[in-house]
Amino acid sequence: MIGSEIPALIPVTYILFAVLIPLIGLWKREIVWQLSLLGTGIATFLSAWGFLHLIQTGETIRYYFGGWTPPVGIEFVYDGLAAFIVLVINTIAFLVLIYSKEISKVEFPGKKMPYYTITMLMMLGFNGMVLTGDLFNLYVFLEISSLSSYALIAIGEKRAPYASFRYLIIGTVGGSLYLLGVGFLYTVTGTLNIIDMHAMLPQVIGHSSVIAALVLMVVGVGVKAALFPLHGWLPDSYTFASSSSSALIAPIGTKVAAYILLRIVLFLFGIELIDAHLPVTTIIGIFAGIGILYGSIMAIAQSELKKMLAYSSVSQIGYIIMGISLANPFGFIGAVLHILNHALMKALLFLVSGSLRLKEGHSLITKFDNSYRRKYPWTMAAFTTAAISMVGLPPLAGFFSKWYLALGTIENSNWMLLAVILISSLLNAVYFFRILEKVYLNDPESESSDETNAVERDEVGFSMMFPMAVMAIGLLVVGIFNAYIVNVIFTMFPVGF
Amino acid sequence: MLDFFMGHYAYWFTMILLSVGLYGMLLKKNLVKKTIGLTIFQGGVILFFVSVAMKEGATVPVKADGLPVSEVANYMNALPHTLMLTAIVVGVATLGVAYALLIMIYNRYGTLNEEELIDKIQ
Repeated sequence: MIGSEIPALIPVTYILFAVLIPLIGLWKREIVWQLSLLGTGIATFLSAWGFLHLIQTGETIRYYFGGWTPPVGIEFVYDGLAAFIVLVINTIAFLVLIYSKEISKVEFPGKKMPYYTITMLMMLGFNGMVLTGDLFNLYVFLEISSLSSYALIAIGEKRAPYASFRYLIIGTVGGSLYLLGVGFLYTVTGTLNIIDMHAMLPQVIGHSSVIAALVLMVVGVGVKAALFPLHGWLPDSYTFASSSSSALIAPIGTKVAAYILLRIVLFLFGIELIDAHLPVTTIIGIFAGIGILYGSIMAIAQSELKKMLAYSSVSQIGYIIMGISLANPFGFIGAVLHILNHALMKALLFLVSGSLRLKEGHSLITKFDNSYRRKYPWTMAAFTTAAISMVGLPPLAGFFSKWYLALGTIENSNWMLLAVILISSLLNAVYFFRILEKVYLNDPESESSDETNAVERDEVGFSMMFPMAVMAIGLLVVGIFNAYIVNVIFTMFPVGF
Repeated sequence: MLDFFMGHYAYWFTMILLSVGLYGMLLKKNLVKKTIGLTIFQGGVILFFVSVAMKEGATVPVKADGLPVSEVANYMNALPHTLMLTAIVVGVATLGVAYALLIMIYNRYGTLNEEELIDKIQ
């Protein structure tokens, strides 16, 4: 039965194509894009199949590598949550790779073969991080994905290598701190398997090593997730990377790190133990709240679209981490739903900024004008959909994750965080509506002038329009069918795990 | 007090290495020196793992005739050492990527000094 092999098959597909693309690329350079699309397509298909299979049977698949049963061997745990996140990241990667066909000709001609090879390696790392049930294995996948994203970010503008180098230094420190935390936990429990360690932690929870390990792991993963005081690497990296790289890394990279934080807080330690000796959830909740406001305010201050989106990422990651810090079912639903929503929204917004850079040669907000709505009607429509969803107006997807986060804060009587959610929605409205205003609203005089009417429609090609349209419709579909999705997510909450 | 320092000297050593690495990354202006700080930092983590697996008077984890397997004190724990083999490989790969980036930076800006670099960028 192939169903039980799916957790292993998804990373294997990526590693296979990471080898195939350079080999075939040497012989036929022009088909590397098709190959990468095939690889991601197979992985997306497998993860969709696995997800449906899992919903129907409701059984967690635990894949043992080499037949060694854990805790001795390494296992992949394919439960509802992992299946959901894998489906989200593979679908986003598939859509962004369709888009990258045209933009790669302009932004990095002649570097397509290494680009797609590194993309496959990065997706291998992200999928492995989500699936693995072993803490050290997680570190290895974390480093695979990080090293690939350093390389992907360096393919970009002139300043990209320096931004990437800063990310490398900060990111490697984060990875090393995580590894040190794993070492501390290993010395007191003698195991690396997450499920096994969860069973042992109640006996050693008061040990100072465990408390130190928890702090080190949260800080280490927090660096990767760009949790507020550790976000310094993010804005420059996302701004100076090429458009398709930032559209790939921004929706996937920080989300997967936030998912790892969720695993550590709610699955490895569990709701009962996480706050036993240190108010971890309160602390990360405060930092998430500050991050949400800081990211939104910095986004308002930016005059460049990609940099604004990067700061907006800092703020949106705050929502996910806030949902984790609430440690109740509503907060969990909000966090997981926001991983999906924000992945769709941020990918779409970065794709729009890439299209504008391709057509206009820049994405400076100050130079936006009302001719855009005639030149790029569909691109701007997609942008508007994402922007409204970011602000959180129903029936678009963004509203529902904020709704569940707000319910979670009310359940914990955490009025500060509720206020943060409401204020940040207003701030989101400020930085998105000033763009919408420039594009859609203007004085009637210039509307009637011949000059504006003379602007020809200059829409991007089908291969770039298609992923944007799918994501925009996806936002609407996720919003309308959110009740069904929330029911599925609710079953993933670790009750009695 | 002396016991506290002497009994945990391996951990003190790890902490000193981590601090030296952080100092290099935070305060040195030259990007190559930052990379060296990074390597020292990773080295601290690796030595921590290696030192926790150390046992006085134990031997390599290969079954010997005179030493029954049931007495685990006779054998060292091999797992942290094997983990660190992987971590060393990761460290080497990180260093490779870092130097590749440094070459790109040097080719574009002609300097590896952070202050000069920031001046040239702006």
